Amino acid sequence: MSQKKRRFKGGEIPTSSMADIAFLLLIFFLVTTTIDMDKGLGIVLPPEGDTIEIRKKNILNCLINSQGKVLLGGDPVETKNINRLVKQKIQENENLIISVKSHEKTRYKDYVAVIDQLKRANAKRISIAETGD
Amino acid sequence: MQFNRKIKLNSDIPTASMPDIIFMLLIFFMVTTVLREYSGLPINLPKAKRIEKLKSKRHTTHIWISKEGLISIEDKLYSVKDVRHVMYDKRSANPQLVVSLKSDEEARMALVSGIHNELRKADALKLNYSTKTAIN
Repeated sequence: MSQKKRRFKGGEIPTSSMADIAFLLLIFFLVTTTIDMDKGLGIVLPPEGDTIEIRKKNILNCLINSQGKVLLGGDPVETKNINRLVKQKIQENENLIISVKSHEKTRYKDYVAVIDQLKRANAKRISIAETGD
Repeated sequence: MQFNRKIKLNSDIPTASMPDIIFMLLIFFMVTTVLREYSGLPINLPKAKRIEKLKSKRHTTHIWISKEGLISIEDKLYSVKDVRHVMYDKRSANPQLVVSLKSDEEARMALVSGIHNELRKADALKLNYSTKTAIN
């Protein structure tokens, strides 16, 4: 029995399909990538055990009750007017700190609406008090 | 005067570098893709106008709060007092951590306030109230 000797022709990896494979992977990652970012209202919480005494005239209390009604500095106001009123008050006093306090049963929706209004009034100093009854 | 006419006009697009370009795009998308995503709880996000974008998904941890008062972090349910331990570990692993609070618009503030306190104790202070964009 004679055996044919095969001549070694040099091993090569076929590269013609490489582009196709790369395309396939590319499409996979294109599809799985979610470009849309999460968005929302940013806020920085104060560190634990960090209580500073603030002068009373620099504080603007903003109370939200369980029905979503807002009391700004003692006067009842419409949520959509907070923006304008707070802007005025910040112009009068730059160091104004707005303290937002809500009732335990306040809906998150109402709270976010108030924070949004404060953000739109360019209020930098927002303090979030614990909920109360 | 005689002009030399060019007879051969090479009009092919060079395809030799195509795989390289494709690979570059591929690597870009591989790097930007975050595969591990959590489904969370079914919630209705509130709407707001003055919103910011969260910078990176890699540094973001979501906390879901449902209408019923359930708290979910990475698809596990926790009670309010457990949030501290979970977030403390995350915060130590990643100092740039931003917490994204995905809360239902009907959730009560007592719970949200409780989460605030726990986050303060865990020293995870950068918070973002996740919202939808309000039109007009």
